[in-house]
Amino acid sequence: MKGVAFGQYYPAESPMHRLDPRAKVVMAILYIICTFLCKNLTGFLVLTLSAAFLVVISHIPLKLVLRSLKPILIIIAFTSIINIFMSRGEVLLTPESWRIKIYAEGLWNALFMVLRITVLIIGTGIFLTYTTTPIALTDALEYLLSPLKKLKVPVHDFAMMMTIALRFIPTLTEETEKIMNAQKARGADFTTGSLIKRVKALIPILVPLFVSAFNRAFDLASAMECRCYHGGEGRTRLNVLRYRTVDFLAMAAVVVFGVGLLLLNRYGFGYTLS
Amino acid sequence: MYKIYLEHVSYIYGQGTPFEKKALDDVSLGIREGCMTGIIGHTGSGKSTMMQLLNGLATPTEGRVLLDGYDINSRPEDLLEEWKRLPEYKNLSKGAAKKAIKREVLRRKRELCFRVGLVMQYPEYQLFEETVFKDIAYGPQNMGLSEEEISKRVREAARFTGIEEELLDKSPFDLSGGQKRRVALAGVIAMRPEVLVLDEPAAGLDPRGRDYIFEGISHYQKTTGSTVLIVSHSMEDMARYCDDMVVMAEGEAKLHGSCKEVFSKVSTLSEVGLDIPQITQLMTLLRKKGLAVAEDIYTVEDAVLALRKLLQKGKGES
Amino acid sequence: MSDIYIHTKDLCFSYTDADGKIEHPALNGISVDIREGEYVAVLGHNGSGKSTFAKLLNLILEPTSGTLIIGGVELTGRELSDEEVLQLRKNVGMVFQNPDNQLVATIVEEDVAFGPENLGVPMPELRRRVDDSLSAVNMLDYAHHEPHRLSGGQKQRIAIAGVIAMMPKCIIFDESTAMLDPSGRREVLETIQMLNKQHGITVLNITHYMNEAAMADRIIVINDGKLLLDGTPDEIFTKRELLQSVGLEVPQCAALIHELRTAGIDVEGTCISNVESCAEIIAEYYAKTNLHREEQDV
Repeated sequence: MKGVAFGQYYPAESPMHRLDPRAKVVMAILYIICTFLCKNLTGFLVLTLSAAFLVVISHIPLKLVLRSLKPILIIIAFTSIINIFMSRGEVLLTPESWRIKIYAEGLWNALFMVLRITVLIIGTGIFLTYTTTPIALTDALEYLLSPLKKLKVPVHDFAMMMTIALRFIPTLTEETEKIMNAQKARGADFTTGSLIKRVKALIPILVPLFVSAFNRAFDLASAMECRCYHGGEGRTRLNVLRYRTVDFLAMAAVVVFGVGLLLLNRYGFGYTLS
Repeated sequence: MYKIYLEHVSYIYGQGTPFEKKALDDVSLGIREGCMTGIIGHTGSGKSTMMQLLNGLATPTEGRVLLDGYDINSRPEDLLEEWKRLPEYKNLSKGAAKKAIKREVLRRKRELCFRVGLVMQYPEYQLFEETVFKDIAYGPQNMGLSEEEISKRVREAARFTGIEEELLDKSPFDLSGGQKRRVALAGVIAMRPEVLVLDEPAAGLDPRGRDYIFEGISHYQKTTGSTVLIVSHSMEDMARYCDDMVVMAEGEAKLHGSCKEVFSKVSTLSEVGLDIPQITQLMTLLRKKGLAVAEDIYTVEDAVLALRKLLQKGKGES
Repeated sequence: MSDIYIHTKDLCFSYTDADGKIEHPALNGISVDIREGEYVAVLGHNGSGKSTFAKLLNLILEPTSGTLIIGGVELTGRELSDEEVLQLRKNVGMVFQNPDNQLVATIVEEDVAFGPENLGVPMPELRRRVDDSLSAVNMLDYAHHEPHRLSGGQKQRIAIAGVIAMMPKCIIFDESTAMLDPSGRREVLETIQMLNKQHGITVLNITHYMNEAAMADRIIVINDGKLLLDGTPDEIFTKRELLQSVGLEVPQCAALIHELRTAGIDVEGTCISNVESCAEIIAEYYAKTNLHREEQDV
């Protein structure tokens, strides 16, 4: 499987990998809240350090983590520019040829914003995609959302759909490659010509791909029926998720971290967001 | 004269990654023109890789693939050398020359696809058009032929593969499995390739469907004198239809020669873990039991002839 | 003789088009009895109705008319409860043609657990069943692998494990070897043989490979939705012309024996479904004629 977005999971043996996926989902949510609790320089420094700590204990190469920031670089740049120019306060400098003034507040706001987004992305990435397989994540969501079943939300069905999608991604990727080769052998040209021509050139790939996906879906439905699938009711499970003490400790740690950030808001120093 | 010659060809998958795997290891091999050659080997023996090398879908890591004596893969470096000698080249900037060369390499690659037709495994998955006619016409259209010529070729290809005229206006998705397979085959034959390469053309078909496919291939080969290569697991099928055979194992061509020659080396064949035709197994057993039958019998007809002589001789003299 | 497990009488099935009109009869009055522990091959060319037959036995399709009794329970002529349908599918498992399209989970052991999970098998028992099924098909070492990285034969064995984890009485193989290479086919056929001989599971193998059918105790040939032949492989393979006329062919050895007989060489023996016995038959004939000649020479 090459470069499929889901494939961000980084296989390693780390304390983070071993945590219960449900705990990790909860922690990710708590951690996101934490990033919004910070108000002053001390707080942000601690937050940045916490992100670094997460990277270290989950054994993910820093390079990989930084690469994941690339797609949001534009968002970071955009928000920082907005922040620099939209804030008012103490004038820091006014370049002569420019009409705009740059304020110290603007720079601080921009810096905090960039830190917040960066930490947010790194944090959720570490808790969720890097250290948790998509399938474990699906399981976790099914468990966590199961109270919604009482409200007739088809949680199990969504989870099953997700599982099947994950199961078939590699199969269909391989299939796409096969079909492309077959059409190339019939002289298909995907690389030259105008945009319209190139989009048209995709039809000989997309039609067979859809036909095959439908056939597969049909086969799979029969196969599932034959194996007595009748929805989530009365199903047992081979691998049941179980919380361990360490999962609770980890979740508690994030809560304590959040409380700490709140205290820093009061007792910390440095520039403070209004 | 060989139609295709593999010259010290090696192919390595995922070179430089932990998944590196040598699929072909220094293979040198000539395919006779106008013959049907069977390439046999089990999964992972390198036979499918070899097939992709023949029409440029893959490029050898080392060595050359020659078609009519010319390397099928034009390297940009070689093209540059060639072009430097042309007077027009001097007027081109470096960037423009690079672009032009890239285009030329692509153009040659496509051209090659038309000369070496490739029919993949389960080719019915490649059908996409509204009608059988349009689907068969896809290849010829990509060749840039005139409407008239396209129509001629589609009908010709349909005749070779035994697709009835009235099927041409039907949707390919309404056909039976065997018919779909034949339409896909016709789609490649319509390009009139000099070399036709097929990967497991009869996989999953019943005996009747399999016979239709092989008859179609054989009809095309005999009429046009083209060279045909069939990749297969089934030695029984290959014995029935092919002139020559290549046995692949561990990325090497272990045996190569006429069917007779290859089948007489049964011991090597069992080493590489292939299914030997029942009839050859039977002959081996009979030889062990003391009957004087030849080693190179691999079809029922030959076996009947050999045994008739042997068994009737006894009777005749009595 | 053991009990009859599957009994069909005049079983018919027709596909209907969107308006509910009968389009084309796929199965036209099949009456067979299959005994417990039997290994039956169902032969027929593509479109002969053999796959439809299998789907009826599993109630994926509902018979249009006729009688179907499985395990002593009559399944036709009345509304069936969901419970009954589940019970039937638990007892009659099915393995399909395309190995990729019947695996549900992304990890081998979870896929094997899928059936029993659906049946609500509780935990220590569930784990035991999964492990037992995987070791039965010799795939225990792959319990934590991802199915899409396995070979075709291995995938198909996982699918078989998924069926035996439901502890069925009977398994139907719907052209389960058609997409496999020879080594994959061998793996699957050995597994089928083992399930039948060691675990006493009734096997229906739907196929168009004659060499495969030769391994069964009994062959049923279906053509145009009707039962054409029913007998042991040895009996069936003597009917070469009839088989050929319906697009099937006999194994090479059986064809050879047949040809020799037509040529007036009257090799004796009825056991023509495997290579060894054919060699035996021919060698015996050879010895006899040679002996005869030597006697005369003396």
